[in-house]
Amino acid sequence: MQADLNVILPEIVISVYAIAALLFGAYTGKDKMAGMLVWLTAALFAVMALWIGASSGGGTRTAFDGMFNDDGFARFAKVTILLSAGAVLVLGQEYMARRDILRFEYPLLVALAVVGMMVMVSAGDLMALYMGLELQSLALYVVASLRRDSAKSTEAGLKYFVLGALSSGLLLYGASLTYGYAGTTLFSGIIDAADGQAPIGLLLGLVFVLAGLAFKISAVPFHMWTPDVYEGAPTPITAFFATAPKVAAMALVARVVHDAFGEVVGDWQQVLAVLSLLSMFLGGIAAIGQTDIKRLMAYSSIAHMGYALMGLAAGTVFGVQAMLIYMAIYVTMNVGTFAFILSMERDGQPVTDIRALNMYSKAQPGRALAMLILLFSLAGVPPLLGFFGKLYVLRAAYEGGLAWLAVAGVIASVIGAFYYLRIVFYMYFGEEGETLETGRSPVQWAFLMASAAVMLLGIVNMFGVETMAQAAAATLVN
Amino acid sequence: MDNLLSIVTFIPAVAAAILAIFLRGEDEAAQKNAKWVAMIATTLTFLVSLFILFDFDPSNTGFQFVEEQDWLLGLKYKMGVDGISVLFVLLTTFMMPLTIAASWNVKTRVKEYMIAFLILETLMLGVFMALDLVLFYLFFEAGLIPMFLIIGIWGGAARIYASFKFFLYTFLGSVLMLVAMVAMFSDAGTTDIPSLLRHEFASDSFSLLGIHIVGGMQTLMFLAFFASFAVKMPMWPVHTWLPDAHVQAPTAGSVVLAAILLKMGGYGFLRFSLPMFPVGSEVLTPLVLWMSAIAIVYTSLVALAQEDMKKLIAYSSVAHMGYVTMGIFAANQQGLDGAIFQMISHGFISGALFLCVGVIYDRMHTREIDAYGGLVNRMPAYALIFMFFTMANVGLPGTSGFIGEFLTLVGVFQVNTWVAAVATTGVILSAAYALWLYRRVVFGDLIKESLRTITDMTKRERAIFAPLVVMTLLLGVYPRLVTDITGPSVEALISNVETAQAVAQASSQVAVADH
Repeated sequence: MQADLNVILPEIVISVYAIAALLFGAYTGKDKMAGMLVWLTAALFAVMALWIGASSGGGTRTAFDGMFNDDGFARFAKVTILLSAGAVLVLGQEYMARRDILRFEYPLLVALAVVGMMVMVSAGDLMALYMGLELQSLALYVVASLRRDSAKSTEAGLKYFVLGALSSGLLLYGASLTYGYAGTTLFSGIIDAADGQAPIGLLLGLVFVLAGLAFKISAVPFHMWTPDVYEGAPTPITAFFATAPKVAAMALVARVVHDAFGEVVGDWQQVLAVLSLLSMFLGGIAAIGQTDIKRLMAYSSIAHMGYALMGLAAGTVFGVQAMLIYMAIYVTMNVGTFAFILSMERDGQPVTDIRALNMYSKAQPGRALAMLILLFSLAGVPPLLGFFGKLYVLRAAYEGGLAWLAVAGVIASVIGAFYYLRIVFYMYFGEEGETLETGRSPVQWAFLMASAAVMLLGIVNMFGVETMAQAAAATLVN
Repeated sequence: MDNLLSIVTFIPAVAAAILAIFLRGEDEAAQKNAKWVAMIATTLTFLVSLFILFDFDPSNTGFQFVEEQDWLLGLKYKMGVDGISVLFVLLTTFMMPLTIAASWNVKTRVKEYMIAFLILETLMLGVFMALDLVLFYLFFEAGLIPMFLIIGIWGGAARIYASFKFFLYTFLGSVLMLVAMVAMFSDAGTTDIPSLLRHEFASDSFSLLGIHIVGGMQTLMFLAFFASFAVKMPMWPVHTWLPDAHVQAPTAGSVVLAAILLKMGGYGFLRFSLPMFPVGSEVLTPLVLWMSAIAIVYTSLVALAQEDMKKLIAYSSVAHMGYVTMGIFAANQQGLDGAIFQMISHGFISGALFLCVGVIYDRMHTREIDAYGGLVNRMPAYALIFMFFTMANVGLPGTSGFIGEFLTLVGVFQVNTWVAAVATTGVILSAAYALWLYRRVVFGDLIKESLRTITDMTKRERAIFAPLVVMTLLLGVYPRLVTDITGPSVEALISNVETAQAVAQASSQVAVADH
């Protein structure tokens, strides 16, 4: 028992912190402490990330009879989740404080969501998977409607909740089918049951589980909630949705398909390949008509999930490595982009219309350049890091025998390039109109610049992420 | 100096970084500083690049000045030049100071303008030096970003449309090449270009979706690379982005586009398509040759109908690039030497022609042919220069334009007489549109009221044209300057290609005999 608890110590620390801070907040001045709590939570995330990262030599440990795995793969995903969640928390603090929506529950709910994500990526059992997923989702439903007096925000929360509940239902149905045919909920048991001739019911269960998870990563055709929730939720929450939960859900998909269904690669490969194909194209095409930058980022994230799935669909160690690298690059780009979106305002009101960026490069050349770099990186144009992400998944897909998917992927990336170019077009080629203020927060500036610098300098050696992802992928796929 | 190539490549980028970080303000002094920094950096790049030429050993057919460094994903940062690429490096470093000088009158956002051109120079040089597949792709594609901005920010009235068309068109062409590169990486296990040149890619025919593909993988990969290079070149019928981009780009942008960026396509054919996929090339050679012949005749006819000077020269560029592709896929010594020669010479001539248009555009702010006439009365020096480059464009013996066209025609004549016959009519047509343009703009009476006060070329403008005139004449009367350097490398390339094609033919005959 003692040993089991040791394995989940990081999760326990964050949970205890969240509960203690909740009590503290409830008994003291409530929202006055919120700003401090945000920084404290972010600091805790950073410390936890360092701790988990430093213990990466620890090999694979399992707890609770295999329900919980602490392996290199989980640690890589956890570090990515913790760092991106911390960054997004800090980014949004000033934005929320000035708009009076910085409640002390916000950082704590995020902390609980992060615990959920950490459980997700470590899950070794369908129960643990569901527990983590629900802990994460429930916290996210609440933060989506954090702005209680706004119809759009509450609508976003409700929509997210209803569709999320539906996806959980699908997932549970799949889990119960899997349990029925495998006789166990442990991934290690399921993989034995699927060995050789897998019963059709088990495959049906697999498809339902994947459908449920596809909701969480907003892969087409389960993406409908994404643009509305992204648009309706307050921007800091949107930034959060676009980063950590995506990593967690994507890692969970990798975990399920490899740990539980690693014997029937051919069966889930088709499913993932189709999800990937649809996501890449719909994400690219539907974004063309958007003028709201948050909706545009929603479609952009759908397309990016398509590329990450492409790596995963390869069904190889390299594919998992490619997915991990892709996700790490993706969250870095999104943190920078949302740092910029958060800073967009006019007369104190947030602006999300991309037409407001008209001739922005003239007013703020430095920030415009950083944004230009991020946008080209999102589009996957070399020499920026986003291109390398695409290169990894393309290679994984090609070597996994999915050359057709690779060809479709690059064509979709050209379609996608169009809408990123449109933002560049407004920033650089437009006509001068009303000015846009973006200079309020030094924190946002720092994240924007850092993220752009990473996109540019990361091409030298990717800061060592490549080898880390390689080691992480090797622990997942045997 | 072990890393001479990297030094040459990154001098402009460093200068761009200096401009971006240290130069502040929009006033006249800052603008002047930006121009001088760019001028000094590009000139320095040119001077340093001369060391490459001096130390280059033409008899060595391998890669020289090689530098190598491990990189991500098993890729390498590897640079090097051989007889095929070294002259393109020199062409780039030679043209850049001239384009900076031609931009001396830019008034808006000068700092950004110079940064864009400096970054572009680094990327273009990288293309010609990269010895790693992905490194090549990186430089090749990254060049789109500064060019997109150059057209979009400093371009003409319809610049938005032109910049988007330019970017998306070329991007779409290139991504297929990326997939082929990934396939090559998987197949050969390396992205090292010298190793890939020795690697034999599978050429067994197979059926895909019910289509019988002769030459198998090689043909497919050839097509993927072809999609990219044909757009970049540009070849008929995917040339339509070029006239738009040229017309809308600022003068210096047009010069870089015509003189250097277009050469990347031809260089790609020489470096990748022909030597790496010899069997695929053999299968598709008739297609490429006929496309080239059609391009020469069709775009020359289109050029005849143009009302806009830049558009006319842009179509003429497409026609001249037709000679290049034709020469390359003739795959013999004259053809390849001629193709390289034609590219170098076209770099000088078309660059100079766009500069000629720029000279009068700066004064009158129109490119309409009808807005001019009788310029010789007010601008004798300009008339002379324009005449010289018009003649060079037509391919008058004594200018470098003649050598390239003649050699490629000789090369292709040995392979396909009909293509050579059709292409030769292009020489006549080019004389027709070029001389007609010249007559309408320069000769006749000066009747337009607006032209009465037009002034002749300034010293700065004359200084820009002088080196171009010298090079065009020098190469025209002494072509060995180029062919001596390219000759051995080209010879080695051809013998490799022929051996590979013979081996593939023999093995397919064995396969047939076995059945």
